[in-house]
Amino acid sequence: MYCHNPDTIENSGGTEYHIEDLVELALKMKPYFGKKGGVTVSGGEPLLQSKELIPFFKRLKEEGIHTNIDTNGRILNHFTQELLDEYADLVMLDIKHMTEEGYLELTGMSCKETTFNFAKYREKSGKKMWLRYVLIPGITNKPELLHAMGSYFKDYKTIEKIEIQPYHKLGMHKWEALGWEYQLKDARENTPEELEEASKILSQYFKEVKIN
Amino acid sequence: MIAEKFKKGIWNNVINLRDFVTKNVTPYHGTHDFLVGPSEKTQKLWEVCKEATKEERANNGVRSVDTEIVSGVSAFTAGYIDKENEVIVGLQTDELLKRAMKPFGGFKVVQKALSEHGLKPNKDISELFTKYVKTHNDGVFDAYTSEIKKFRSLGFLTGLPDNYARGRIIGDYRRIALYGVDRLVEAKKADLEAIEGPMSDKVIRLREEVSEQIKALKEMVVMGNYYNLDLARPAQNAQEAVQWTYMAYLAAVKEQDGAAMSLGNVSSFLDIFIEKDLEEGVITEVEAQEYIDQFVMKLRMVRHLRMEAYDEIFAGDPTWVTEAIGGMFEDGRTKVTKTSFRFLHTLYNLGPSPEPNITILWSYSLPQNFKDYCAKVSIDTSSIQFENDELMRSLRGSDDYGIACCVSYQELGKSIQFFGARTNLAKTLLLALNGGRCEFTGTEMVKGIPAYNDEYLDFDKVMANFKIAMKEVARVYNDSMNIIHYMHDKYYYEKAQMALIDTNPSINIAYGIAGLSIVADSLSAIKHAKVKPIRNEQGLTVDFEIEGEFPKYGNDDDRVDLLASAAVADFNNELKKLPVYKDAEPTMSVLTITSNVSYGKKTGSTPDGRNQGVAFAPGANPMHGRDCNGAIASLNSVSKINYDDSKDGISNTFSIVPKSLGANEEEQIENLATTLDGYFSRNAQHLNVNVLNKEMLLDAMENPDEYPQLTIRVSGYAVNFVRLTKEQQLEVITRSFHESM
Repeated sequence: MYCHNPDTIENSGGTEYHIEDLVELALKMKPYFGKKGGVTVSGGEPLLQSKELIPFFKRLKEEGIHTNIDTNGRILNHFTQELLDEYADLVMLDIKHMTEEGYLELTGMSCKETTFNFAKYREKSGKKMWLRYVLIPGITNKPELLHAMGSYFKDYKTIEKIEIQPYHKLGMHKWEALGWEYQLKDARENTPEELEEASKILSQYFKEVKIN
Repeated sequence: MIAEKFKKGIWNNVINLRDFVTKNVTPYHGTHDFLVGPSEKTQKLWEVCKEATKEERANNGVRSVDTEIVSGVSAFTAGYIDKENEVIVGLQTDELLKRAMKPFGGFKVVQKALSEHGLKPNKDISELFTKYVKTHNDGVFDAYTSEIKKFRSLGFLTGLPDNYARGRIIGDYRRIALYGVDRLVEAKKADLEAIEGPMSDKVIRLREEVSEQIKALKEMVVMGNYYNLDLARPAQNAQEAVQWTYMAYLAAVKEQDGAAMSLGNVSSFLDIFIEKDLEEGVITEVEAQEYIDQFVMKLRMVRHLRMEAYDEIFAGDPTWVTEAIGGMFEDGRTKVTKTSFRFLHTLYNLGPSPEPNITILWSYSLPQNFKDYCAKVSIDTSSIQFENDELMRSLRGSDDYGIACCVSYQELGKSIQFFGARTNLAKTLLLALNGGRCEFTGTEMVKGIPAYNDEYLDFDKVMANFKIAMKEVARVYNDSMNIIHYMHDKYYYEKAQMALIDTNPSINIAYGIAGLSIVADSLSAIKHAKVKPIRNEQGLTVDFEIEGEFPKYGNDDDRVDLLASAAVADFNNELKKLPVYKDAEPTMSVLTITSNVSYGKKTGSTPDGRNQGVAFAPGANPMHGRDCNGAIASLNSVSKINYDDSKDGISNTFSIVPKSLGANEEEQIENLATTLDGYFSRNAQHLNVNVLNKEMLLDAMENPDEYPQLTIRVSGYAVNFVRLTKEQQLEVITRSFHESM
């Protein structure tokens, strides 16, 4: 409902690239990655192409490039599982909401269960994960929701940190340009105090809380 | 004597600053937390300077000019900004921001500059220089051939140092602080004794030069006496070391008004004295920073008298007091000291500024804390530039070097260079399409290029013609350089600077090219698309029709990037074949300063689709708006130009909007530092970094008074944005501001 890249939502269209071309592109940028950089696939939902991501990530790993998936975790098939077990050095998992109704309202889909199973699966693989959470005043920024998220994930060993994305209206003009109605028009941005409060709650549960 | 307290070495027996520094320096790996703000004295002094620069801007860019005295090392008695608050003293003239006449470069230039401000030189001086004294400019035009004059007036060779001083020579200003003038005179006298016959031109010339140097050294003592400083002896403490070093530099800028008058790499040398005083408890960090703040403040107040036309090639009244900071020693230690940080910190204590032109010698081995601080300063001030220490040190051979002007390596005290401005390579390409004739006038410039009448341009034919054109342009360029440097030595010899350099130093001649991206994209269009020249009735190309797409330089696409690097190599090879005055080694740069605007004006339409008169991209930059694959792709394209083919430097000016570097300061610092590591690991040589939004520049155009210190890197140097002409401001704004990595 508030995606800042609405132009990437459509499942069809786009440009097709050969995997080797993408690997070559990544290699050209490798010197700039530093200690923390690498390739992140995001979207849209990159796992819609999880089958193709396997050979791509495999090649990146061969070249010593760090791999990362930025996902909402609503696809968990055996391709995704292979990626999670073998090829993704990092998963950035977007938690939309802590209630099924909340999910439905924000994403138009009832996929809370899949997302949470996705997290569970990653936890089992023992590999790194970051949670991401978009903070919208009055919708996702409520103390009870934050506490619920904290208690749910507090024992996960693979979660290194949670990143809070304060809601902003940057994507609004893109929605309008696509001729869609921006459905969160009335939502406002967080005040610094609200951000501080949310961060305080989450710090009780997570090793690191970062406000982006 | 302080010398007793330092670790001994060969520097005790011969003049050798490198040996002194490597033996006594204290590399620093810590953070910037130790830094302190400006002292009260510094703040008071800076207020006076700010007021004076405001008056200068209001008075058409010049606060005042002395028309009575011919400037020289000891020509002016003491001048102060506000004596009781000055910890480091000395001005070029007897008054802050008062400019001086230096007529030995060319008296007509001085007259012109003065008349533009409604002034005239003193009558006696006028008589002297019109009747009796010959200048550099007179000498050059006596010797110029009609061919050189033709290339110059039609814009194939531009900005040549034939009517202004060549600059680019860096005196080793540390020498006076470490040794004192007496010891330097002694060494020069011994050198002079050893220069014996047979008396060839070379030997006679050298004997005369060394004698001149000795005179200049003696004048420095006189200059010091005006300020009650005994420069004859070495500096005895940190304050004196800074003061003595500044006096040596001051001597240079009193005598010469070269385009670029670099400082060298004094920071870590000064740190040795500062460390000593801190260790002994004689001073605290407050004084240490105060010395550096006030030294830098003085460097910011250096001015030369220029005529308005000069602004076209070097906009914004630059002086290029380039100070190289950081880098590594050959033994693997870092050259970074606490005083490296103190120099950078002046950009906070005194605010952003184009001068001194702070240049970070970057290496992946630099201490991370220093890298992070440099990145922070760059993001906050857009006032500093970065150059590849690993590359220059390994290919050029010394770890004790400064940067002449923008991008030119120069071993300190051991070598100098002959500045050569640049040739217009895009116009050279047009010669290839017009049978060797100027695209505007039809004047025959180069013989041996067949007339070109095909409907479409053929890549192989064009290349063959282009190579003939390059060879001939190189020949004329070389001729002009030999004349210019012969005459500069004869009539405007840099005796004060040369007195601080070894006798008979090695020399490289610094040729240059402009319009590289235009050449690359034009060749790419001819090769990968179909290009149809539109010719006028004289058969000269006036426009081009391009059918189809072609790859453009700046997108990390080898199909065009390799055309750019080949053009650089080809022209450099032509230059290398030609003999140079004083056996200087030929080197070349890809650098334009701000002349990319005027070069563009003097160049007809080009096969890449650029219209007649449109400004070139600066230096080795991709053409604005054509590098659309993100910042990294653009950097990668430039990094493909081989430094070995362009040893005088490859300038790249890069602007990025803050948010695309990262969401917060921490991320921005980390990403900029990583980007520099990445870029330089590909053997790129130079990066000017601007981190700013276009909107701010537009606002500064509207409200200049609100942005008196807004600094922006342009091409190897930085300027006060508000001092650029409107045209230059607009050109800066049309450049690519990368919005994604």
